[in-house]
Amino acid sequence: MSQARTLNNMTNVGDAPGARPLPRKRNLDWVGLVPFFLFVFFFLILPSLNIFIRSFQSLETGGFTLENVMAIFQRADLRNAYKASLSISLITSIGGAIFGFLLAYAVCLGGLPPALRTFLLTFSGVASNFAGVPLAFAFIATIGITGLVTRWIEAILGIDIHAAGFSIYNIWGLSIVYMYFQFPLMVLIMAPALDGLRREWREACENLGGTGAQYWRYVAFPILLPTILGTTILLFGNAFGAYATAYAFSGSFINLVTILIGAQMQGDVLYNPNLGYALALGMVVIMALCMVGYALLQRRAARWTR
Amino acid sequence: MKRIPIWSWIIFILGMIYFFLPLISVFEFSLRKIRGIYSFEAYRLAFIDPRFYQNFGLSLFWSVLTITISLLLILPTAYWVHLRMPRWRPVVEFFTLMPFVVPAVVLVFGMARLYARVSFMVELPVLLIAGYVVLSFPYMYRSVDAGLRAIDVRTLTEAAQSLGAGWRVILLQIILPNLRVAILSGVFLTFAIVMGEFTFASLLSWPAFGPYMEEIGAMVAYTPQALSVVSFLITWACIGAIQRLARGAPELLAGTR
Repeated sequence: MSQARTLNNMTNVGDAPGARPLPRKRNLDWVGLVPFFLFVFFFLILPSLNIFIRSFQSLETGGFTLENVMAIFQRADLRNAYKASLSISLITSIGGAIFGFLLAYAVCLGGLPPALRTFLLTFSGVASNFAGVPLAFAFIATIGITGLVTRWIEAILGIDIHAAGFSIYNIWGLSIVYMYFQFPLMVLIMAPALDGLRREWREACENLGGTGAQYWRYVAFPILLPTILGTTILLFGNAFGAYATAYAFSGSFINLVTILIGAQMQGDVLYNPNLGYALALGMVVIMALCMVGYALLQRRAARWTR
Repeated sequence: MKRIPIWSWIIFILGMIYFFLPLISVFEFSLRKIRGIYSFEAYRLAFIDPRFYQNFGLSLFWSVLTITISLLLILPTAYWVHLRMPRWRPVVEFFTLMPFVVPAVVLVFGMARLYARVSFMVELPVLLIAGYVVLSFPYMYRSVDAGLRAIDVRTLTEAAQSLGAGWRVILLQIILPNLRVAILSGVFLTFAIVMGEFTFASLLSWPAFGPYMEEIGAMVAYTPQALSVVSFLITWACIGAIQRLARGAPELLAGTR
């Protein structure tokens, strides 16, 4: 046994040139990816790592601490910021998913003229990319104090919605704004999924005596469910990370996490620089969970689309 | 006899109202500069303000820089992954999708704090452009990757090589022309994103069109709404151009929020 090993070692270690395979060319293929990964390292990985480390760093001693992360749960202002961000994301992702699905269904399978479908998809592409400051202004001009819809309601119903204690500068008002880029995204993703439902499945169901409702309950809906849930998660993350739209729409009326991080950057509003890192870390964790969920559901959805 | 799909129509019309009402409202609002009549006065005022040209011009400049750097990084990388390093594709893809995990405001916070004492990063718009490039990654990589999938990269490269072409010729004269549509889609989308971007420019204190709009929005009425309409038209033009190019529905995800 031991003899065999030494023999083996000898043949491997022995430096006889003839015994070696042809001199292999050094594989330098990886060099081609260096610029990309250098960029990613300096402008994505390092800043993220910095956030991660500083979140667990004590302000006074510089040592390890859980204080900053715990503050998110303990301090009312931080907790409320997360609550506001999570609620608005939940409202607009579920709302956007339902409305977007119905809209996609209407143009794909609902018997509307095909031209409307093309039009809707084009418009969804534009609307899902129309966000930020101009979107906020558009909605202020719609439902703001002198907005068009506000004036219409006043002229027709005689009700001044803003005098009636209604404010658009709260979570619900901001949700209406966010919906503008949320449901078009759902339409864009659902339309191809609905097109992917094969006619054979419906026919097979009908041949077995199934009704339309049964087809949807037992065939189409289970197939679409991973896509629907996955997209809902995507919409959730989409709203959760939004900053520009909220800032331009309501300034600091609504303390979203993103707004708080922005304010913390411009002046230490939390009176502890390391709290900003913890807030940011919390966002990354939630977003990462969303993306993992999305990826898992995507894999499931892909089973039926070959 | 065919039934009229009444529910489909109701949903569709509701959707259209949601789409168009804000656009009509902001347009109507922008026309109300002169009391009592509709006029394009707000647009005239917006376009005679020299600061509009400064900021708009700067945003144009930022977007050109972003597009150039993004293309220089993504094109060779995506090509190389297709040709030689297919095993690395999931890794590259993962990093290009990072903007969906790390929100812009978090990224800018992390970068600004990390590089606060590196003088050339603060004095030059390095972080701004780097941030925009990161934002452009998902769109640029997706379009270029889709373009590369549609052509046979290996055969094209090998054919060119056996005819004696060097790397420069292969990339610039063989691969690039075949990817024209894919590249243009990525370029237009990046352009639309950077032109209206607010988060990075505002928090890093660099002048740009987005912060300018927000700033005058807090001071005067009507002109900011006029600029919103302009901004919408830019987005519309970019997306329209992509769809015209791509024929059929290209995969468009979300822009900056």
